[in-house]
Amino acid sequence: MNSIIKFINQRILFILLFLAPIAHSADLEIIIDKGIENALPIAIVPFGWSQASALPPIDVSAIISDDLARSARFAPMEEQDMPQRPDDFAQINFKDWQKLGMENLVIGQLNQTETGEYIVDFRLLDVYKGKQIVGFSIPSGKDRLRHTAHEIADIIYEKLIGVRGAFATRIAYITVIKNRDGTKKYTLQIADADGFNPQVLLQSSEPLLSPSWSPDGKKIAYVSFESKNSMVYVQDILTGKRERIASNPGINSAPAWSPDGSRLAMTLSKDGNPEIYVMNLSSKSLQRITTNSAIDTEPAWSHNGSMLAFTSDRGGGPQIYEVPASGGEPKRLTFVGPYNARPRYSPDDKYIAVVNGESNTYRIGVLDRKSGQFDILTETRLDESPSFSPNGHMIIYTTTGFRGTELAATSTDGTVHQRLALEGGEVREPAWGPFMNQ
Amino acid sequence: MNVRSTLIIIFAAILFGCTSTEEKKEVAVEEGAPAGEKTQAYGAGEDTGTGINPLDDPNSPLSVRIIYFEYDSSEIRPQYRKTVEAHAAYLASNPNVIVTLEGHADERGSREYNLALGERRSLSVKNQMALLGASAGQIRTVSYGEERPAAAGSDESAWSQNRRVEILY
Repeated sequence: MNSIIKFINQRILFILLFLAPIAHSADLEIIIDKGIENALPIAIVPFGWSQASALPPIDVSAIISDDLARSARFAPMEEQDMPQRPDDFAQINFKDWQKLGMENLVIGQLNQTETGEYIVDFRLLDVYKGKQIVGFSIPSGKDRLRHTAHEIADIIYEKLIGVRGAFATRIAYITVIKNRDGTKKYTLQIADADGFNPQVLLQSSEPLLSPSWSPDGKKIAYVSFESKNSMVYVQDILTGKRERIASNPGINSAPAWSPDGSRLAMTLSKDGNPEIYVMNLSSKSLQRITTNSAIDTEPAWSHNGSMLAFTSDRGGGPQIYEVPASGGEPKRLTFVGPYNARPRYSPDDKYIAVVNGESNTYRIGVLDRKSGQFDILTETRLDESPSFSPNGHMIIYTTTGFRGTELAATSTDGTVHQRLALEGGEVREPAWGPFMNQ
Repeated sequence: MNVRSTLIIIFAAILFGCTSTEEKKEVAVEEGAPAGEKTQAYGAGEDTGTGINPLDDPNSPLSVRIIYFEYDSSEIRPQYRKTVEAHAAYLASNPNVIVTLEGHADERGSREYNLALGERRSLSVKNQMALLGASAGQIRTVSYGEERPAAAGSDESAWSQNRRVEILY
């Protein structure tokens, strides 16, 4: 037990090596700065492997263990502390695990079929009852094994926490790398939620910003300066095909999808100053939502589709306002601190995450919409771009560390913090993608 | 914070107002005193009639091509009044000349809000120039928000150089 707590409190460094076939893929590190002490103990025994003559292509149990550790809800036991390493039910000596106070045990096997495919068997067991809680045999392929491991972590999370896990999801983000000649290279990338398997969707010598996932996870809207002005594009992730959908004089930016995927809220200043508009994506017709001489920008769509939250400085400084998505009178929501911007609704619409600024400190804050309670979650100095995980348990955001801008994640109660850093470049504006339903 | 920064501006103005531009570079600039103000020095403009394009004359007020702003503000401060007047007069007397006003913000806060702030700064300069006789059709505005900082770093000396409108002919 002690060793588990020590394990979680330690600064753990995972070096994740990218194997993606892209030119400039780089190492990404996940650093767990702070964990919680009441995390659920779990033992994930190294999985058995059918081909004794070769090493397994990936370490499935290690991926599951890392996922659960990162969530901060679990404290996976270290391998060296395990009393035995069973890989099937008959081998388990439940008494040995009971003596250690270990309630939850995961065992499994990775098998390769004659056709070269893989099958991952796993069982989650209740140590005290000596019974299986859940077990699956999941067919997979070599390129899908990491995904299968994340799916197993999702199942364990759901069984023991009661909420679907978000490990088998993806994140989008912008990277900036300084070239030797002083120019910059911007890329829009997507990767697995643990930072693996990055794919470049777009590369540009001009700034890229504000990636936004379509609700079905198949498209990304973003802002590109490739035509020497901010313009909004929508790109299909699978085919790479993209369409420029807003290229008016002035600002074209801050795209946000409606939950049904048919419309895109955005900021346009074509009529004189930045206002919120809603574009019907099939007809391209525009509905203007705000009418105010102040800055109105950064719309976010509530997940029930009824409301838009946005940033406006109509009251003097930037604050969060909310307006019916069909139009109406905006209502101010934030009152704590002189600067609140870039709202994002939690998946259940109960909370709104914002950038909260005071003097030279910018942190991620969360507003409880019903009670008005406002909490600051982060402790760093220049935090921005909060994005909820699709299960609402984590928020990924951008922070400025000693190496420049990098991604960080926190649990929504602020008890765990992690950083995701790209060697030799900046990573920013993370957007956590939706659940992908199979 | 506002009182403090105002005091520092006044203090900085008294302290550095008469020193040379070279010395200013050495000073660790505090809040509210843009290091970029070193570029505000200009001569008496006695170049008239020499045949030199006034845009190329380092002694002309037209040589000042960057206007710096205070935090979250798009108000043109009095020290840039002459700069804006000179560019407006130049545009008014050269109606074929097109200028681009590029608005920028410092890195603090959200990127999209800063994009809007950069636009408001460029429009503030555009409107002022138009009031002073330039034609609105000669002035193009674009905002890069915080995406193209002039100075790297996360302190006020960098931020003050990044809150700016660049006048690009």
